[in-house]
Amino acid sequence: MSIKTRSDSRAAKPGNSVLNGRAAAFFLSPATIFIIIFLLVPAVWTLYLGITDYKLTGFSAANPQIIWFDNFQKALHDPQFLSSLKVTLIFTLGSAIFGQAVVGFILAWVLSNVSKRVRSTVELIVICAWIVPSSVVSFLWVAFLNGDQGTLNMLTGLNIQWLIKYPLVSIIIFNIWRGTAFSMLLFSAAIASIPKSHIEVARVAGASKLQQLRHIILPSARSFILTNLLLISLWTFNDFGPYLLTGGGPGGKTELLSIFVYNSALRYLDFGYGSAIAALMLMMNLAISLIVIRAGKKNR
Amino acid sequence: MNIKLGRPSGRVLKSLVGASLTGALILSGVTAVSAATVTVGGTCTKVGAASKAGKTAVACKSVGNKKIWTDTKIYTVEVAANAILGGKNNQTASWIMNYVIPSFTLQNAEAGKQVTVKFTPKGIDDTAFKTQLALDLAAKRGPDVLSLDGFWVAEFADAGYIKPLNQVASAASVKAWDGWSQIPTSVQGVMTYNGAVYGVPSGTDGRFIYFNKALFTQAGLPVNWQPTSWADILSAATTLKTKLPDVQALQVNAGDGMGEATAMQGFLNFLAGAGNLIYDAKTKKYLGNTKAVRDMLTFYDNIYNVKKVGNSDWNLLAGEAGRNASFEAFSKGKLAMMIEGDYQWRGVINPITGNYKMADRDTNVGFAKIPAQTAKSGVNGQSFVSYSGGGGYTINPNSNEKQTAWELLAFMNSKGAVLANMSIGGAVRITQRKDVNAITLLADPCLKFVFENAIPNTFFRPAEVNYNAVSTLLQKATGQIVAGKSVATVAADYETSLKTLVGATNVLSN
Amino acid sequence: MARKNKILEKSLSERVTTTIFIALVVSFFMLPLLWLILAPFDGAPSYRLKIPHFGLQNFEEMKLNPYAYRSLMNSAFFSAGTGLMVILVGAPASYVLSRVKFKGRDSFLYLLLLFSSIVTGSAAMVPLFLLALRLNILDTYHGVILVLTGGLIPAAIFILKDFTDSIPKSYEESAQIFGASSFRILKDIVTPVIRPGLAVIFVWSFVQAWGNFLVPFILIRDINKQPGAVMMYSFYNEGGQAVIRLVAAFSFLYTIPVVLMYFYVNRKYGFRFYGGIKG
Repeated sequence: MSIKTRSDSRAAKPGNSVLNGRAAAFFLSPATIFIIIFLLVPAVWTLYLGITDYKLTGFSAANPQIIWFDNFQKALHDPQFLSSLKVTLIFTLGSAIFGQAVVGFILAWVLSNVSKRVRSTVELIVICAWIVPSSVVSFLWVAFLNGDQGTLNMLTGLNIQWLIKYPLVSIIIFNIWRGTAFSMLLFSAAIASIPKSHIEVARVAGASKLQQLRHIILPSARSFILTNLLLISLWTFNDFGPYLLTGGGPGGKTELLSIFVYNSALRYLDFGYGSAIAALMLMMNLAISLIVIRAGKKNR
Repeated sequence: MNIKLGRPSGRVLKSLVGASLTGALILSGVTAVSAATVTVGGTCTKVGAASKAGKTAVACKSVGNKKIWTDTKIYTVEVAANAILGGKNNQTASWIMNYVIPSFTLQNAEAGKQVTVKFTPKGIDDTAFKTQLALDLAAKRGPDVLSLDGFWVAEFADAGYIKPLNQVASAASVKAWDGWSQIPTSVQGVMTYNGAVYGVPSGTDGRFIYFNKALFTQAGLPVNWQPTSWADILSAATTLKTKLPDVQALQVNAGDGMGEATAMQGFLNFLAGAGNLIYDAKTKKYLGNTKAVRDMLTFYDNIYNVKKVGNSDWNLLAGEAGRNASFEAFSKGKLAMMIEGDYQWRGVINPITGNYKMADRDTNVGFAKIPAQTAKSGVNGQSFVSYSGGGGYTINPNSNEKQTAWELLAFMNSKGAVLANMSIGGAVRITQRKDVNAITLLADPCLKFVFENAIPNTFFRPAEVNYNAVSTLLQKATGQIVAGKSVATVAADYETSLKTLVGATNVLSN
Repeated sequence: MARKNKILEKSLSERVTTTIFIALVVSFFMLPLLWLILAPFDGAPSYRLKIPHFGLQNFEEMKLNPYAYRSLMNSAFFSAGTGLMVILVGAPASYVLSRVKFKGRDSFLYLLLLFSSIVTGSAAMVPLFLLALRLNILDTYHGVILVLTGGLIPAAIFILKDFTDSIPKSYEESAQIFGASSFRILKDIVTPVIRPGLAVIFVWSFVQAWGNFLVPFILIRDINKQPGAVMMYSFYNEGGQAVIRLVAAFSFLYTIPVVLMYFYVNRKYGFRFYGGIKG
């Protein structure tokens, strides 16, 4: 390519090292349009529905009224909502924070020390669990956990209806299975980005693998860990996948907030209430992210 | 130049006048003749000729081996149902595509009307279908003829999405349809709300007790068993459990995993058998913590906790899994009794096309009416009860072709069309028309039984806006009983939730 | 000598634990997947994992549903379209956001992420439908692609920004000194370097769109445009029971494309969510 030497007027404005204002605006405009039309408008509209009594059928469909915070009050007194909240928090804590992140990290760490072939194979299998579409995955797990014919019972010799006896544990394990790939990939990159020299120095100095982990790898990967936890806790909190396994049952024991909203919206066509719950979920996500960021800052 | 009107010109003039007079006569005669016989559907002679029948522009078309004056306008209607070839409700999809559309199109062509009927198939679960339909109707679009489950009629009507048939199509033509006399009033009730008829029902079904005759004989129970009380059911189940421990004695749907199947095949029948319908249309109250509800919950308690003749696990599974498990067990002779609708006979254990084929279905399955709690303790003093569901088709009030849509709807419910539906798929069901049922049900012992014994004792779910949510509360209540909670607690909790849902003034307690 | 033995010993016990760990992990992830490989080819499949009665009759039977195979093509169309759109819209934006630091940038991005979680949930169904109605994009291919893209953009930018962050600005700076325009820089310098990231985001968006039921369910009515995610539910009969033969066959065909896509991208670029340039 031919680069002509041009005058300084083309250089970027001070403060923006490589980008001039016009180019920046140009690059941002498609995303801005998209975000306004297809993200902000429907999101704000949904939040608006949360302060109405709108339903998709019935009188409230023809004459929705603004009822301000009635939906929110109803939610805070609704035992099913409170139970859903509890279930969702346990689910997120268990499967995202302690599950996917930890398993993903250990996997990434172990795999960083094995041969390329082993690594690719393991990664392939873990990623398959993540890539297979959710409607298929639910079938696979219903078959796997089936009481009479399931693979798990076949292997362990037990005869347990896993989804009935241990529903919350089942969906937590399911979600770990489903989502670990993302954490594993992210942490792989984190570990790969640590200069080999640092680790070499530590090893020569006699540090055990565990000590290397604690003093070198973990600190270097801090920002990755933060990003990862932020994303996966958000995604898991809103995850709808387990619906296809338990339908939120038995008896609401696995009714995540996303399933609660789904039931309000699709089963009862109560979009006003469902939207209010979605708004509450948003606030909770905000709270969780603040906690994660705060925890990240503290460990300095 | 002299142009004299001599004799030859006079002759010419005369012949001219004569010719024009005759011509005028002929022309007016022809016109008079055409004006008299050009009607939409009338015969014409020259293909391609254009004319007018009153205000309608018509052209001469060749239809089969006839030539017919045909309306030049093409009437397009779209019909939608939750049915798809090779998938869900395959028979309905096949009937619409292979019979209704071609026959209706031909019938109209022969009457001089060009219609294009488009079928929009879908294969999603019923709640999703309902949502799509509601979205479309809310946006004032959607198909012209749409299928609708009977118990959505109330909420769709309240939302203004659908209107009574005689307000959408011409009231006179709706009233004049001869099909109404063949559809029993109780079946018409499927699509009726607040006294107005919103659509034409497609058929109905009934519930009863299935039992395995061979297992009964082994346990020493009679092959022509007919219980007359809930106690009879429990005692038969206990006998079966004692004599045949490897077999599941009884299945009665419970819990909210099975959704409306728990209502229709379960508690609704027991509430009716205890003397109360779930909703009283006169007082506009739902049953709260009442004796009927407590008795019904106690019955479940007896089955699952006291006598332990039921399979709790099946009823705690999510979605269809538990119901499937019960179907499979019955088809294999591992379940002795279950309360189900005729759908199980037709579509599940059908030895040829069923999902869980039962080879000895025709010889080994017995039918018994669902008894009331005790003799004559049911609503209206009935000793036996059943519940029926059903759906139908209606016309979209936003349709651009309302009259044609009505004609299609009437056609779909004509004797010929309904008979064709029965023969096209091969699986007979209870239709909405008495005349068709008289022909098709003769050979099928189960459907005959249902038509003669269950339908006369049947009830329909209330067309009330909150029914759906109340039903879910009761489904959950039965599930809690199966999970081991006490009747008193469950009944009290149910009433609390019910009051939050519909308002305390609309709840009956005693 | 003793020290060498110690090192060797360590390696052995390490290797044993590593192997056991990997074996456990592989079995855990693989076991539920086995059904997908066996059941579709089974003449009489059930939930049970068994050696199949080999045969392709399930796939044949699937042909009876005239829309099944076509739906897979629709899925491909929606997913590829979404993947492309996300990259085209998201890449330039994430480049800018990576290079231009303004106050509250990260919080702003996170807020968008939160909003996307609302828009991809069931509660947004009615607003999305009415929005599409007003924009006249109901029942269209591009309508679905646009709506799906909107929901994925925040996360895509989030991830791509981190990717771009890890690329040193030296290349851009030197190109700039020589007078290259920002557009040029993006096109000829930055893009080739973050290509692996773009490929990953493409696959990620593709996979999200591929499995998405809600958006096509809300927006599409024409059966010929329905994607696999929706069509899968048509393999249930009147009472709501799954016809396992058809579900198994369809699941297989529905899964293969995304797996192949991962293979391809992994082989060509390596599948990573983060820049791999070491300083």
